[in-house]
Amino acid sequence: MKGDVLLDAKALRKHFTIGGGFFGSGKVVQAVDRIDLEIREGETLSIVGESGCGKSTLARLLLRLIEPTDGEVLLEGRDLTKFGRSEMRRARRDLQMVFQDPFASLNPRATIRDILTEPLRLHGIGTAAERRSRVDDLLRMVGLSPDHARRYPHEFSGGQRQRIGIARALALNPRLIVADEPVSALDVSVQAQVINLLKDLQEELGLAYLVIAHDLTVVRHISDTVAVMYLGRIVEIAPAEELYRAPRHPYTQALLSAIPVPDPAHVASEVRLEGDLPSPVTPPSGCHFHTRCPFATPECAAEVPEARDLGGGHRVLCRRLDEIPAFEMPQDSAAAGPETAYARRLAALEAATARRQAQRREGEATAPAS
Amino acid sequence: MSDVVQRGSFELTLRRVLSDRAGMLSLAFIVVLALFAIGADAIAYLVGHSPVEQFRDTGLTPQGLPVPPSPEFLMGTDQLGRDVLVRLAYGARVSLLIGVIASLLAACIGVTVGVLAGYFGGWVDVVLGRLMDFVMSIPVLLCMLSLVSVFGTSIPLSVSVIVFFSWTIMGRVIRGQVMSLREREFVMASRTLGAGHLSIMVIDILPNLSVPIIIYTTMMIPTSIIFESTLSFLGLGIVPPAPSWGGMLSEAANNSIYMFAWWLILFPSVILLLTTLSFNILGDTLRDALDPKANFRPVKMRWRIWPKRSRSKGDAK
Repeated sequence: MKGDVLLDAKALRKHFTIGGGFFGSGKVVQAVDRIDLEIREGETLSIVGESGCGKSTLARLLLRLIEPTDGEVLLEGRDLTKFGRSEMRRARRDLQMVFQDPFASLNPRATIRDILTEPLRLHGIGTAAERRSRVDDLLRMVGLSPDHARRYPHEFSGGQRQRIGIARALALNPRLIVADEPVSALDVSVQAQVINLLKDLQEELGLAYLVIAHDLTVVRHISDTVAVMYLGRIVEIAPAEELYRAPRHPYTQALLSAIPVPDPAHVASEVRLEGDLPSPVTPPSGCHFHTRCPFATPECAAEVPEARDLGGGHRVLCRRLDEIPAFEMPQDSAAAGPETAYARRLAALEAATARRQAQRREGEATAPAS
Repeated sequence: MSDVVQRGSFELTLRRVLSDRAGMLSLAFIVVLALFAIGADAIAYLVGHSPVEQFRDTGLTPQGLPVPPSPEFLMGTDQLGRDVLVRLAYGARVSLLIGVIASLLAACIGVTVGVLAGYFGGWVDVVLGRLMDFVMSIPVLLCMLSLVSVFGTSIPLSVSVIVFFSWTIMGRVIRGQVMSLREREFVMASRTLGAGHLSIMVIDILPNLSVPIIIYTTMMIPTSIIFESTLSFLGLGIVPPAPSWGGMLSEAANNSIYMFAWWLILFPSVILLLTTLSFNILGDTLRDALDPKANFRPVKMRWRIWPKRSRSKGDAK
């Protein structure tokens, strides 16, 4: 654990009413359902989940861009959701956001200088000359040149725009940056650059991050803590290292085993998801995951599970936790050194050949019977 | 070796406007028309005819009919012996003034209402939306007739009526645009930065509306001019003997005098047609040119009705 608790969500809930117009009440979507989180100074918390699981809603709730239905968000112990207008303005300086779509998050009619000056102007920081030099500094910080300031967003590539988005978030010297899928709209080669930039800035400025992603690999190297969300609930939260090494929730296990491993020795893993993400409008009863869980029992459908604390900040939302087999995360072959990697690969090749032959023999044995 | 110069957005827009021949022609016509209107006094001075003076001796035949175009009266005279050219020039003043002022006022109201309705949504949208529906459902001419019978005809009344009935189109368009802009991430970004509603509306949303605003205002000018002409034609607009294009057409239609005096109908209607056409084409040109993402050249075959068949397909056949 790094610093003090900066942002603390307690039993946070948000439901939306969809459909229903003038008459009729419409249906209720539980986008975020009783979520507890804490983000510490200088720490990165990542939230991972399929699209539609409520992670973006959670991010907006934490920044109070939308009002929660229930629960509270504490910024250094004070409830953000009860802040008045001026207090909220002050708090906005500490809490900033980087958006998913670098094409939509920059005003197409404003120059980069306008975009980066806006936060300073809104908060009345500095004179015109100071703002100019601040904007130049910000551009340099994110690896762009001050010469870029007079251009318009459409003249930049996706990665550059995302850097501009990050520069804008940095303008007010925030303490927490919420990054909503900061790299998912970018090319793979550019993703790494942006992730590294975020990492460098964190070291330099002591920022805390809340990173939202739909993919566990992206956040692996920047997270201190990872939370996995499923249909509005956090099903597992743990220190990153522990979560990737020994995931406990079947959903986390399934997500991790879905990551392709660049190693022929790797055998397709045992936990596999079937079916689609159920609609959040009509979530399954009890444990939301029971419809796709290989370990589900009738009780899982009947009762909402309680979070179990395994110590060290590891919490899991599963009633059959003790019966779920341990999950072995395949090790990266590169980590084991070149010689052993070669040996393993050779062994894997032989094993695979043997397996194929065995299968063929089996097939021949059963074929005449059918 | 030549340097690569980065061109600003304004310069690119200007280049696109300049490269559009139809647009330039319309702009040229509008400039000439504006000069014509501004120089109405000069024209009257040069030809020596005031717009309301009746030349009973030279401007009418012995039978009391209007005279055709001649060196004395370049566009002929009307049934009262007044110079059509000079009256057209003064009529241009009225038409352009009313067209431009009414369009600008209507645009201001339309943009304000549209932005408020689109941005806030909810009951604000319901109230303003119903207001627009209400205005659109009022029968224009009946309303105008009753207003004129109460207040009498005047230019301010004409302008108010035109504004009152034309801001709703702008309001609708802007409302729709704002509703989609409001959901864009850069608006969310401004909120994260602590921007208030007014700041978001003015700084983030309004500049993104510049294209529809410019285009619709330009398109509203000819509509307003036509509207004014219609009112004057029906005797509800400009008070005679002050000249206006609609009024001139109306007088030409009286007693079917145009059957004999073709110039009474030709010149006012041609100038009215060319004016509305020019403003419409200019609006089109601006729409093509103001798109910051557009390439240097606007779509070349603007008038192509069928989509161009790709060459590979043609070869295959």
